[in-house]
Amino acid sequence: MCGIVGLFLKDKSMEPQLGALLSEMLVSMTDRGPDSAGIAIYGASDGKHSKITIQSAAPDNDFAGLEKELSDKIGVTVSLLAKSTHAVIEVPSAKLEAARAAFAELRPNVRIMGAGDAIEIYKEVGLPADVVERFALAKMTGTHGIGHTRMATESAVTTLGAHPFSTGPDECLVHNGSLSNHNNLRRELKRDGMTFETENDTEVAAAYLSNKMAHGMNLGQALEAGLSDLDGFFTFVVGTKDGFGVVRDPIACKPAVLAETDRYVAFGSEYRALANLPGIEDAKIWEPEPSKVYFWEH
Amino acid sequence: MQTVDLSKSTLRELNHALHHIKDGSNETAWEVINPKGSHSVAVGVDAPVTVDVHGSVGYYCGGMNSEATITVHGSAGPGVGENMMSGAIFVKGDASQYAGATGRGGLLVIEGNASSRCGISMKGINIVVHGNIGHMSAFMAQSGNLVVLGDAGDALGDSIYEAKLFVRGKVKSLGADCVKKKMHPKHIERLQKLLDAAGVKDVKPEEFTRYGSARTLYNFNIDNADAY
Repeated sequence: MCGIVGLFLKDKSMEPQLGALLSEMLVSMTDRGPDSAGIAIYGASDGKHSKITIQSAAPDNDFAGLEKELSDKIGVTVSLLAKSTHAVIEVPSAKLEAARAAFAELRPNVRIMGAGDAIEIYKEVGLPADVVERFALAKMTGTHGIGHTRMATESAVTTLGAHPFSTGPDECLVHNGSLSNHNNLRRELKRDGMTFETENDTEVAAAYLSNKMAHGMNLGQALEAGLSDLDGFFTFVVGTKDGFGVVRDPIACKPAVLAETDRYVAFGSEYRALANLPGIEDAKIWEPEPSKVYFWEH
Repeated sequence: MQTVDLSKSTLRELNHALHHIKDGSNETAWEVINPKGSHSVAVGVDAPVTVDVHGSVGYYCGGMNSEATITVHGSAGPGVGENMMSGAIFVKGDASQYAGATGRGGLLVIEGNASSRCGISMKGINIVVHGNIGHMSAFMAQSGNLVVLGDAGDALGDSIYEAKLFVRGKVKSLGADCVKKKMHPKHIERLQKLLDAAGVKDVKPEEFTRYGSARTLYNFNIDNADAY
């Protein structure tokens, strides 16, 4: 099992509530995944700055002085906002790659969770309610977000094994299910230059999609291609800077419910996750079809 | 009318109360409010009572039901009416996967659509779906009747035994050993009774096509011995 939630806002006036709504949805899926939890949230981007979310097992040591050291190293002013084991660093977009490269030297133990113009990623082991609390997720605002509660099957219960996985700029993926050909695919993707942080099957799916998009496909095409190349059980929810997508394998035994109103599109592994959303009584609610790609864009 | 508010009572309290209705009790009409997708609502009821659930439910609503008439005024999650024995379950909205799985008796009516694996391994239950059903429905279905007013998905009736399938719309594909069969007068009569019981009006039994087992998988074919 695992639990997935997602919320894509059409109505801008709901953006201040995104974190609170998504947090409640996430906590409602605790019994599907009490091992660890994570959330990717897409906030406002000013078009000039990019964000890097980093994680450290020793945040007190690693984050101390990092703002200044990184600014000196890449020659522009950066800002760092620490939240528990994670920190979000804002850099001028032109310096994004330079900043990423600088971490290897300045803080080799720090892991990059994700980067892009809008994405922030927070994930940790522990109960979803504790993860929500630790990162003050309920206070976050944004345009769309995806959350995951994990009951591990394929790899260890660690921070890096938690979802979402991000393997490309502003891209993220969460997964309910298990892939059976991930080792083979990982080898093929490594040959094509992709790098991996874990032994996790979901990271391979995320890297597969990033790789297809790097070769020129859009997300919809990449998901279509995944239907033939990924073997196993999956309900995927994916996020991009402006978009939100859902796809299920042809057998479709991993549950999924979608709801749409004029104000939002919401995803839940179960209806329970959606039951308290505003206006859910009048939403169009349906189960996504197997092997069908669903995608919404701002 | 006994009312249980699941925003105030626990699921265990509801099901405990339903399991302890005494013979001859006057508490024959129950109402459940604020289910909000709860799992296992009114599972294992064993008394001739009515249970009206106002809202949508999660997994396994009405599982193992005996004698009770349960109405879900909303949609149902996976496994509604799983292994029900008798009585009736009406779902006003849609049902998720494996509705009525392994059901041994009674009537399950889904007024919206049902998802994949509807009636999987059914063993005597009657299921009537007003809308469509998903893929792999009636897989290894042993007995009982599955009536679909809309369309059926891929691999209908794969490895079916003696359940009878009646589909009014299109069938995307038939599973192994499932074939189209002739409607005889006894089937028309049986279907009319099921449609009446499910409250279906303005639909004639003659509009349906019957599907069932070709019975070619019942016995081991000795010519295939080399394959094992």
